[in-house]
Amino acid sequence: MTDQIFDSNSYLNMELLRFTTAGSVDDGKSTLIGRLLYDSKSIFEDQYENIRATSERRGENFVNLALLTDGLRAEREQGITIDVAYRYFSTPKRKFIIADTPGHIQYTRNMVTGASTANLAIILIDARNGVVEQTRRHSLIASLLGIQHLAVCINKMDLVDHSKEVFDNIVKDYREFASRLQAKDIQFIPISALNGDNVVTRSVNMPWYEGVTLLYLLETVYIAGDINHIDARFPVQYVIRPYKDEFHDYRGYAGRLSSGVLRPGDKVAILPSGFTTTIKAIEFDGEQLIEAYAPMSVTVLIEDDIDISRGDMIVRENNQPQISQDIEVMVCWMGDKPLQANGKYAIKHTTKDARCVVKEIKYQLDISTLHRITDQPEINMNDIGRITIRTTAPLLYDSYKKNRETGAFIMIDEGTNVTVGACIILE
Amino acid sequence: MSFTLNHLKSLESEAIYVIREAAAQFQNPAILFSGGKDSIAVTYLAKKAFYPAPIPFPLVHIDTGHNFRETLDYRDKLVAKLGAKLIVASVQDSINQSRVTEERGYNASRIRLQTTTLLDAIEKYKFDCCIGGARRDEEKARAKERFFSHRDEFGQWDPKQQRPELWNLFNGRKNVGEHFRVFPISNWTELDVWQYIGMENIELPSLYFSHRRRVFERDGALLAESPYIPMKPTEIVEERVIRFRTIGDITSTGAALSGATTVDQIIQEVAATRLTERGGRADDKRSETSMEDRKKEGYF
Repeated sequence: MTDQIFDSNSYLNMELLRFTTAGSVDDGKSTLIGRLLYDSKSIFEDQYENIRATSERRGENFVNLALLTDGLRAEREQGITIDVAYRYFSTPKRKFIIADTPGHIQYTRNMVTGASTANLAIILIDARNGVVEQTRRHSLIASLLGIQHLAVCINKMDLVDHSKEVFDNIVKDYREFASRLQAKDIQFIPISALNGDNVVTRSVNMPWYEGVTLLYLLETVYIAGDINHIDARFPVQYVIRPYKDEFHDYRGYAGRLSSGVLRPGDKVAILPSGFTTTIKAIEFDGEQLIEAYAPMSVTVLIEDDIDISRGDMIVRENNQPQISQDIEVMVCWMGDKPLQANGKYAIKHTTKDARCVVKEIKYQLDISTLHRITDQPEINMNDIGRITIRTTAPLLYDSYKKNRETGAFIMIDEGTNVTVGACIILE
Repeated sequence: MSFTLNHLKSLESEAIYVIREAAAQFQNPAILFSGGKDSIAVTYLAKKAFYPAPIPFPLVHIDTGHNFRETLDYRDKLVAKLGAKLIVASVQDSINQSRVTEERGYNASRIRLQTTTLLDAIEKYKFDCCIGGARRDEEKARAKERFFSHRDEFGQWDPKQQRPELWNLFNGRKNVGEHFRVFPISNWTELDVWQYIGMENIELPSLYFSHRRRVFERDGALLAESPYIPMKPTEIVEERVIRFRTIGDITSTGAALSGATTVDQIIQEVAATRLTERGGRADDKRSETSMEDRKKEGYF
């Protein structure tokens, strides 16, 4: 990058890949990210000098690349990752946002956070330990959160003599478990994050491996099909009323398309009222657009004078979401206190605020076996389970499988205001 | 028909979504405006978010009193152009009122004192949300920030107890006396900001472009000669051709040798550089975790 002229236009037209990393404690996650950043020349000299000096001071006999991502004092002291850290790098092919999430069991909520916006998940397995409970938990969460692409990296191959047999056995174990997951695209790569084997450059130590390197996979995995361009869903976020003479009767409905495409002239329905009208114009910063598609932020103007406010949704008349107050949900629980049957919680769904009551806890999912525990199920922090809720106002939703934005909501403890549940709508 | 947004357009859309969300969820938000390119970009995005209505909240400048003249000129011009409301909270006032004590010595700076001035302003004007231009790629503690970042009644950030932030659902619920910091351009890199400034033709303070200035070297950074920075006898002032990569308080803003006079040249320079943007910031060099420590106290 230093030697050549930087091509501004090709940078502008690059695609963005968001991925998340998951593994158990000491699987070498931070080292892997450090390696990706270092080998793709995304680390700056002063950053490198800083971690080199810190490694030396701590008596480590190599430059500890994990220090690049462990930014908090407590993380550096304990040598672990506590909170999601976001990292950015680019290659000539793509821009990347990494959500580096902690592997400890008590911080699973951060893993869910990182996974909720990711296109791809890197699942790290320590070659010496094989598939462990954390591997299953992380894979399940990634799959549940609709991540289509999993890159399973079997790390620390240097510690098992770069053995093909070890790799093959882990792949077999993983496949057996993964047959019950929803993710369609799963790739396996034997790596050594510490030495850089198969991360950016091909390993000379594992000639038996004929697949691609991790970076190549990240640069080429097909993600354009991940966005739903069929179902137009426009949750109204904010109503723009200028109160200026030249914009006397202006009412603009500001928001971001969750999915689909809208054009001026489209026949639309305003939900939940059900009134129908036509889109008069779609604007952005004073400019008239001929169409808007997800995930664009725009302002929509309509022909008729209809009362619309935040939390309402503009959709095509002939393609509407479901409307109900009784919702079937998979919940990842993040609260200190267990989920309360009959408990009441605040919820945020698209731009709508409401409250809900938990009508029934149907089962808790055993993460290791994917078995359903139906006998007195209890959902504690880091547990996943199926529940039925009833909301104070009807939600306008699609299933999460069809739509990652209108199919998800969060539950909030009304006493502490803390986000306690990540909810995925099933049908 | 491909229906794809390029990387910058999707970052712009995300930032506008976050700004509108702040306007919708809070009673009394404000933009923290430093005169630097990041807060300029945020202000510009806020203008787009509500057009044709004006930005529905004021710009707040926490003024250390140690400014580059160019920054203040630019600020006043921008405020006039946008028809926005400007609130200036001054560190000098906080010193005069004995709220804080001025640091002494060669590396004395008002960076840390700003925290008190900022928190006092939040209390005085009852802001429940301060929108800032911090980016996660700037600094390792900022890499851990949420878009909606909770602050307790003392203005403190608790990085170990952050609320999970799922999908694009931002939880801005709080108790009385608490507030939020909101960071719309969290996911932008330095290069993204420059590309955006170029693409949108946004006017910037002249300090960002190459010019001749009297500077001296301290701890590997070039600092501008100024009445606010006491110099050591061994330090020599020289006129050099420089530009600033970040703009903050004059005592802690490092200059870089550069001949870049246009945004395009700056983009080339940023793309090729091997040093981080904050590498020239004396305020970050105080300790390995100085940003984290300041943020916990309530800093930007």
